Amino acid sequence: MLSLIVFLPLAAALALLALPRLGDTAARWAWVAVAAADLALVIAAWLRYETPTAGRLAFEEQAEWIPGVNSSYHLGVDGLSLPLIAMTAVIFLACAIFALRETDRARLQAALFLFLQSMSMGLFVAADLILFFVFFDLSIVGMYFVIAGWGHGNAARSAMKFFLYTFLGSLALLVGFIGLYIAADPHTFDMVELAEQTPLAGSSLAGGLVLAAILIGLAVKTPTVPFHTWLPPAHTDAPAIGSAVLAGVLLKMGTYGFVRIAMPMLPEAWRDWAWVIIVVGIVSVVYGALVALAQTNFKRMVAYTSVNHMGYIVLAVGAAGLVADDTTQARSVAVTGAVTQMVSHGLITGALFLLASVLQDRAATYDMDSYGGLAGPAPRFAAFFAVGAFASLGLPGLSGFIAEFQIFTGSIAAAPVTAIALVGILLTAALFLRALQRIFTGETRGRSVGFTDLRAAEVWSVGPLLVLSLLIGVFPRPLLAVIEPAAEVAVELVGR
Amino acid sequence: MSMSETALWLLVLLPAVVGGGLALSRLERAAAAVSLATAFTTAALSVVVALERPRVSVPFMAGSDLALGVDALSALVAPTVAVVSLLVLVFSAGEIRESQARFHGLMLLFASAALLTATAETLPALLFAWEVMGATSFALIGFWWRDDHRVSAGITAFVTTRTADVGLYVAAGAALAGGAGLSLADLPAASEGWRHVVAAGVLVAALGKAAQLPFSFWLSGAMEGPSPVSALLHSAAMVAMGGYLLLRTEPLLASTSWAAPAAAWVGALTALLLGAVAVAQQDLKQLLAASTSAQLGFVVMGAGLASVSGGAAHLVAHASTKALLFLAAGAWLTALGTKQLAGLRGVARRWRLVGWAATAGALSLAGVAPLALWATKDAVLAAALAESPWLYAVGLAAAALSAAYAGKILVILWRQLPEREHAQVEAHLDEEQRGTRHVGMLEQTPLVALALGAVVLGVLALPPFGDTVARALGEEPLHPTPLEMAASVVVALGVLALVWWRPVPEPGWALAWLGLERATQALVVRPTLALAEALARFDDRVLDRGVAGSAAAALGLARRAATFDDRVLDGAVETTSRASLWTAARAARDDDRWFDGAVEGLAAQLRRLGRLARRPQTGQLHQYYIQAVAVLAIGVLLLVTVR
Repeated sequence: MLSLIVFLPLAAALALLALPRLGDTAARWAWVAVAAADLALVIAAWLRYETPTAGRLAFEEQAEWIPGVNSSYHLGVDGLSLPLIAMTAVIFLACAIFALRETDRARLQAALFLFLQSMSMGLFVAADLILFFVFFDLSIVGMYFVIAGWGHGNAARSAMKFFLYTFLGSLALLVGFIGLYIAADPHTFDMVELAEQTPLAGSSLAGGLVLAAILIGLAVKTPTVPFHTWLPPAHTDAPAIGSAVLAGVLLKMGTYGFVRIAMPMLPEAWRDWAWVIIVVGIVSVVYGALVALAQTNFKRMVAYTSVNHMGYIVLAVGAAGLVADDTTQARSVAVTGAVTQMVSHGLITGALFLLASVLQDRAATYDMDSYGGLAGPAPRFAAFFAVGAFASLGLPGLSGFIAEFQIFTGSIAAAPVTAIALVGILLTAALFLRALQRIFTGETRGRSVGFTDLRAAEVWSVGPLLVLSLLIGVFPRPLLAVIEPAAEVAVELVGR
Repeated sequence: MSMSETALWLLVLLPAVVGGGLALSRLERAAAAVSLATAFTTAALSVVVALERPRVSVPFMAGSDLALGVDALSALVAPTVAVVSLLVLVFSAGEIRESQARFHGLMLLFASAALLTATAETLPALLFAWEVMGATSFALIGFWWRDDHRVSAGITAFVTTRTADVGLYVAAGAALAGGAGLSLADLPAASEGWRHVVAAGVLVAALGKAAQLPFSFWLSGAMEGPSPVSALLHSAAMVAMGGYLLLRTEPLLASTSWAAPAAAWVGALTALLLGAVAVAQQDLKQLLAASTSAQLGFVVMGAGLASVSGGAAHLVAHASTKALLFLAAGAWLTALGTKQLAGLRGVARRWRLVGWAATAGALSLAGVAPLALWATKDAVLAAALAESPWLYAVGLAAAALSAAYAGKILVILWRQLPEREHAQVEAHLDEEQRGTRHVGMLEQTPLVALALGAVVLGVLALPPFGDTVARALGEEPLHPTPLEMAASVVVALGVLALVWWRPVPEPGWALAWLGLERATQALVVRPTLALAEALARFDDRVLDRGVAGSAAAALGLARRAATFDDRVLDGAVETTSRASLWTAARAARDDDRWFDGAVEGLAAQLRRLGRLARRPQTGQLHQYYIQAVAVLAIGVLLLVTVR
């Protein structure tokens, strides 16, 4: 099941490459069909999913791969990863639909995105560190080509910066993985076994160093302050669907690593360094929001709000490391919120980046002050944008609130100082409403004149993302019922 | 699910779903009809649930339910919200002529959020409704989005109230940590330290929504919205919900030593200072806005003084009165194109029905017996006197100011205009928008209903019905003494007479809303924006350059390495090879001369050693074993001693 979900897009990508005479339209629709099929498979898996016993995974698959270093082809899902693969499938399908009306090298683009989809799916279901690492690095390679090949502005430079920065980060990650391998007895890269063994328990120096390597690797990818400077240029110059995948899916690889690898495998070191993680989270929240507030380029602004939103996750998983008996429930609420935020941010920011590209497409600039009164010529765009903005600022009724309420409630209960981060929700409220005002209200002026409203492909790609955010915001139970048991396990593991 | 439980769900869901649908649709023609039908059904549902008192819940998040329930308090407040919403929407059907679908949709969404607030039993449910109310108020205040200043006012309203809402997030975290769970009724059971945090969070959030000090200024800007919006937001919902939350959580306030007195004093001071602000205003809607803050001050006082019945009665009576006055102001704004008091002189003589309705409202606001706000305010003041004479004195002074600003309205409405001043008044006509010179039936009808409320709702605080209300809320009825009642009547009538006789002073500090907005701009907004700019520059110039710099440094290092490679390493290799050649030649010479002999000698030695080595190779296995054991033993010995 999982192998099919992971490799179906890759197989389709190879098929597309093997058919050089396929027309653009056919390639686009084939891409949509494959992405839809993959989503259908994920939904089928979700419907059949039953929470596995603590420490185990559902739909496990294991085959020999590199026996010499005890690394196997091992896949599986639990409540941390299932929502993420579902979100990934949704984002990629939305991108496929959004790209339906684009004309630039359709076949190649479809193949590249399908490849990227396989790598992303693979990462979230990998249960072996080497496998995880391979998917991690190949996704960086794929994204490099997306930005460099289909980007605009200073795309080549931004792509190179993105690649070098995140690739260096991945090397730190690899060092950490090797550290875990060496410390494990018997040596292994298997995630389930490593989480069971907690290899570096008792040696705080080695544990701290390995955790530091892993954290730096993940922090670059997430990104947290101060490792975030690759993000704004990458987003600004990436194509619409590239930005959506980068923010929606690739950033989650970092935060997912925290809950999947760092917390369960190095619980002792995690607890020792919890305060550092919390502080990095708080700084990312406040700093990201403040810098976003000062932006005049809409896409850069959304990029910085991603730093802010990822900060909430870091903060929550940090707070989960402050182990005390009477905060067990609070900490699992925080972790549940963190995982919900990964899904929610994927949907919302994916939608916002797709919407941002409409500005570039129609009027060739993201500069907010070049617009004004856009709600007049483009009322549907304004409505979508407003819903996306309110979702991103954490308005109840939309998924961001479900995530952030739990993050704050749980984190404040475990570590009251995290209440500082509440400033973040005020700043994001102010900056999104200001953006709304600058672009959409007032007299119709500047580039707004003659602006074409959303087209069908745009409506049908962005719309479902926002509807999903609304559904999660109003009926969170189906999602939380999957996440909550896994969050409880994660909190239990980090408390060992 | 029983009928009444379904009714409770529908009470919230019906306006939410219809409103959301309308807001996104383009049903311009049918919008008003659909909206009125929905509002009417909602009002009927509110009466049903007020009588049946159902409770419902579904699992939600953080181990807490999304729970709704109707008790004695919400049985008073929910129908108030629903009925005032209906009346305001009837008025809007006549008043709002453009973007009707968006307008009615947002109003219904807003009403739904207010109804959920009034029935929420858990913090997640409350916060859910609370913030949706804030967001829809942004959209409604900025309804005429072509005017930048109106959108700005909406942003101010949302961001200011959200600043206070942060209190509820903190309260939720503290409640979880305090072990009480997130149910509103259980909050006082939180452990000692955390309970204070919960109370502080709830208090701040409520003061923000209720436009109490120091948050009051957002209400001034909120007047940029259409009049029906002001009428709903600032009478029965939003602002009123701030007061309601404190009434709802009164046991929590009382469970700490400081929160209840703090609420009482903030309420009293707001009533006093914003009363002064109201007196100084020259714009009718601004005057009413300031008076809303001031009147909510009495509700907040009631909550702080454990007089939930007095506070709730005042909330309900004020809702009817203030919705009436805002709608009257809106009707005249539409008809005459101005809301400046100077332009409205003598207006009641021109539109008699609107004029008399507004007069009833103004008299109630002034605290003239036996109208609604007279009775309800006295109920709160009686509780204040029982607590502290100072608090009572402040409250009484605030009541005098209410009479002053209400009197100011009455003077404008009714005083005969001298012939020579007609031109001055007419100069104000159409100064804000084009007037229609017409007030239609749809606009007039709701005013009559609301005026009725402004007159009779005092029964909520007067015996015998008032006693029933108080007992239903779990309080012993507390009646003002005849002396107190006489005092308030004398104060109201005396001030009214004074105002009729002499114009009231309009000091600048009060006209500018105590400078609160300017202070916020100077102390919070501008520093934040400056900090944001500075950090953005830091991000670009330092952090990003730092990264680019280290990349450049790496490149530079690589170049140096390349140079080093060329000049030093490669040079060394070249030199070495030359040296080797020379050495080789030299060696060949020496070799013949010196080494050959040495090699010959060495070979002879080796031959001797070879002979020696052959000796142990006897070909006999047992001798080999002994040798192996000896070597092993030495090896083990070495291993042991070295480790």
